[in-house]
Amino acid sequence: MRGASRSKNTQDLDKRVCMTNCPTLIVTVGLPARGKTYISKKLTRYLNWIDVPTKEFNVGQYRRECVKIYKSFEFFQPDNEEGLKIRKQCALAALNDVRQFLTDEGGQVAVFDATNTTRERRETIIRFAEQNGFKVFFVESVCEDPDVIAENIVQVKLGSPDYIHCNTEEAVADFMKRIKCYENSYQPLDEELDRDLSFIKIIDVGRRYLVNRVQDHIQSRIVYYLMNIHITPRSIYLCRHGESDLNIKGRIGGDSGLSARGKEFAKALRQFIQSQNIRDLKVWTSQMKRTIQTAEALGVPYEQWKALNEIDAGVCEELMYEEIQQRYPQEFALRDQDKYRYRYPKGESYEDLVQRLEPVIMELERQENVLVICHQAVMRCLLAYFLDKTAEELPYLKCTLHTVLKLTPMAYGCKVESVCLNVDAVNTHRDRPSNVDVSRLPEEALLTVPDHH
Amino acid sequence: MPRELTQNRIQKIWIPSKDDKPSMPRTCPHLANPPTVIVMVGLPARGKTYISRKLTRYLNWIGIPTKVFNVGEYRREAVKHYSAYDFFKSDNEDAVKIRQQCALAALRDVKNYLTEEEGQVAVFDATNTTRERRDMILEFGAENGFEIFFIESVCDDPNVIACNILEVKVSCPDYQDCNKTDAMDDFKKRIECYRMNYQPLDPDQYDKNLSFIKVIDVGRRFLVNRIQDHIQSRIVYYLMNIHVQPRSIYLCRHGESQQNMQGRLGGDSGLSTRGRKFAGALAEFVEEQNLKDLKVWTSQMRRSIQTAEALNVPYEQWKALNEIDAGLCEEMTYEDVRERFPEEFALRDQDKYYYRYPSGESYQDLVQRVEPVIMEMERQENVLVICHQAVMRCLLAYFLDKSADEMPYLKCPLHTVLKLTPVAYGCKVESISLNVDAVNTHRDRPEEVKRGPSILIRRNSVTPLTSPEPNKKPRMEGLDDPIIREVTPAQLTLLTLRVPKHFRGPLNYRLLMQQENVSHIFWLLASNQTLGLSLGDLLKLTNQMSS
Repeated sequence: MRGASRSKNTQDLDKRVCMTNCPTLIVTVGLPARGKTYISKKLTRYLNWIDVPTKEFNVGQYRRECVKIYKSFEFFQPDNEEGLKIRKQCALAALNDVRQFLTDEGGQVAVFDATNTTRERRETIIRFAEQNGFKVFFVESVCEDPDVIAENIVQVKLGSPDYIHCNTEEAVADFMKRIKCYENSYQPLDEELDRDLSFIKIIDVGRRYLVNRVQDHIQSRIVYYLMNIHITPRSIYLCRHGESDLNIKGRIGGDSGLSARGKEFAKALRQFIQSQNIRDLKVWTSQMKRTIQTAEALGVPYEQWKALNEIDAGVCEELMYEEIQQRYPQEFALRDQDKYRYRYPKGESYEDLVQRLEPVIMELERQENVLVICHQAVMRCLLAYFLDKTAEELPYLKCTLHTVLKLTPMAYGCKVESVCLNVDAVNTHRDRPSNVDVSRLPEEALLTVPDHH
Repeated sequence: MPRELTQNRIQKIWIPSKDDKPSMPRTCPHLANPPTVIVMVGLPARGKTYISRKLTRYLNWIGIPTKVFNVGEYRREAVKHYSAYDFFKSDNEDAVKIRQQCALAALRDVKNYLTEEEGQVAVFDATNTTRERRDMILEFGAENGFEIFFIESVCDDPNVIACNILEVKVSCPDYQDCNKTDAMDDFKKRIECYRMNYQPLDPDQYDKNLSFIKVIDVGRRFLVNRIQDHIQSRIVYYLMNIHVQPRSIYLCRHGESQQNMQGRLGGDSGLSTRGRKFAGALAEFVEEQNLKDLKVWTSQMRRSIQTAEALNVPYEQWKALNEIDAGLCEEMTYEDVRERFPEEFALRDQDKYYYRYPSGESYQDLVQRVEPVIMEMERQENVLVICHQAVMRCLLAYFLDKSADEMPYLKCPLHTVLKLTPVAYGCKVESISLNVDAVNTHRDRPEEVKRGPSILIRRNSVTPLTSPEPNKKPRMEGLDDPIIREVTPAQLTLLTLRVPKHFRGPLNYRLLMQQENVSHIFWLLASNQTLGLSLGDLLKLTNQMSS
């Protein structure tokens, strides 16, 4: 996870599976409005979520820093010497930051997001990588479908700082001319000439892929991810099961059934889903009784995933927080110290959850409209993926009972709508208390425990 | 009104109780819905059969019933004696006719497998080098509602081709009466016969709407076109991760642990004295093997890490390699379990693959958990995996193509290393005991276990099946021909028979058994009248076997 700092206890024990040996530099290639930044941001979000520290470096942003005010497409004309000079400087500045991120800041993957449309520019990058011991992987997006390009421009270019003072027509006209500036000198990656490079060429938004010389595990994962994402409009609905009997008693985990209010929620959920009028909705649950009972009320087919089961609290299963404090005060404190990495004795951690959920995320990417009925910790992990939350934030995301989150991909991110279905339920959210020391008093530990019967 | 839920006693899965379907609940959401026919394309000696069989093994292991249909085998049945490459000349009319018939017979069996026998994926392994042939297959797919996915292997590296010919062609039945040079020579001419009419998949024009992957130069490059669904995506990912570099995979368990000595399941104890001795012996063994770049993987449990520590080389921990979670039965002895959870104990013996410990895991769960390890093992070269009994059984079942039925009873004793080396279409296994005593933790399948019909007939099966042998007798004469089915028994005592949903007429079973006594066959007859086997049939079979 981005920013997942390790507590002293876990640092030494952390001999995890190594994803990369040397750092990797991903280099996007393609004309403007081909989805390079979309891919860069999405890929970065995914890699960070699976615990590969990744950062994107968008050269356009460096250019905006340098040239405070954007005038027109003429800046990009191939014969505009001053423009060329500035653009080259920006690219080098970005590469410099890449080097710092990968060598000094513990980064594993850097995404160098720019057009990189000439062989010459790509050569420069390759040399840079060789000098620093980085592997290079190119991601080229090739698309000639005018509808797709027009849609891209509308979705992300019109709102860009460059066109803040323009109306729609002016912006579109200028941007099309900008694309033209690149077209003449565009040298796409070539099967023959570039046969020794590692790359994936994405053609027509994923209709076809050309993959050349995948070198290692991380590149293989990247290719798999890129081949599974799509841009068809759709929505993802996330919610928890209805309130359960154990929820009411303030106990964690277990496999209890729905309470009366939980059953109310299930009915309300059914009405909500029907009102949304969703095309071809897939419904997924875990293999725990409470999610399945909730899905049963919908009266539609659903599929059970063991991977969506709630975090395993090990020896703390079915205990109340008060009991955990009583029986395992040290564990309780350790958990508050590093909730993301903390693993319940004989149980799991949020970190384990993320690994367990990765195939679910991959399948969510492939699918279109999906409703996922899961659990608090699981929902936090999924939400963190979609909303790009760090490891610190993830375990404290608010995922209340009886509330549905509707996520709709938009531009470079995700729009979230929170829909409360107006059925009362207990609060199961425990904030981080201010005192996380193992020497703290029980009252201090239990300060933030939500009310229960 | 929402339906009431009951928990299935073996898998511990909640299902609506009014649901009276006898099937196991669908727990693998992303199984292919319409059946898929994978169609291989390529000149001879391009690795099509290698890919077919490996892919089939993988798909079966992850629970997708898959079978290979190799047209060459149909041809060998039809034309008993192969004379020379002339058979493959495009102007040899008789031969062309026979080859066409063989392809049709194979397709007929594909259809049968996918519609009648609950297969999900059929791999049609032939050259399929002409558009005409592929168009015919596409039509066949459209008529029957099958998805079609092409895998083309393109390679012009003469070294690779020569190597393939030596490894698998020279020793094939076609060339059993030839010496190596003649065989090599004839085969090369055979390739030429195909090359003249070869129409590779054309992503730009003719084939741009087809779903396919072109594998170029043994995986250096891939062209992927129009992936339609999850299964195709998984297939592509798998194909992009496998390689043909020679290497060895070493599987072993941790050294004997303290819990092992007490006969206890699970837990996270450390090594016993003998276990530590094993770790030392393992270190010596690894050194002797003199391997280039050995990767060492362990689980996150103390006993496997302690074992790796003795090797004094870097190793990586995978949580996915942890032993099967015995849930409420953790750290109990088998006797404890039998006493405290007698029903669970019996259920586990009934169906050890699907059985999930209460609040624990099943072998089926293990397979899912361990799949990323398999994928990474495919990518790697020399690897030593220090894991646990159940986990090792899962991994071994993948490499040796063992069915779900056999998997939980594979013998993985402590202090023994299995060295697996890929060879031709399969895997060579060497079992190396490091001569350090240890307890035996293996429990055979108990004899008195009753196995009801629900286990024999699985609908929507998510069972890893042993890749079925291709049908040896092509059904050329018509549907009246008997279906010959080869079955391998699970372990020592019980017979497992796979019965197709709607079989017609008398069935002939050729049962291969390890030395067995007749009383068990009669037991089977007595409790499974539905099979329609007559006593006479079985007596005939036992006579056949004992002769």
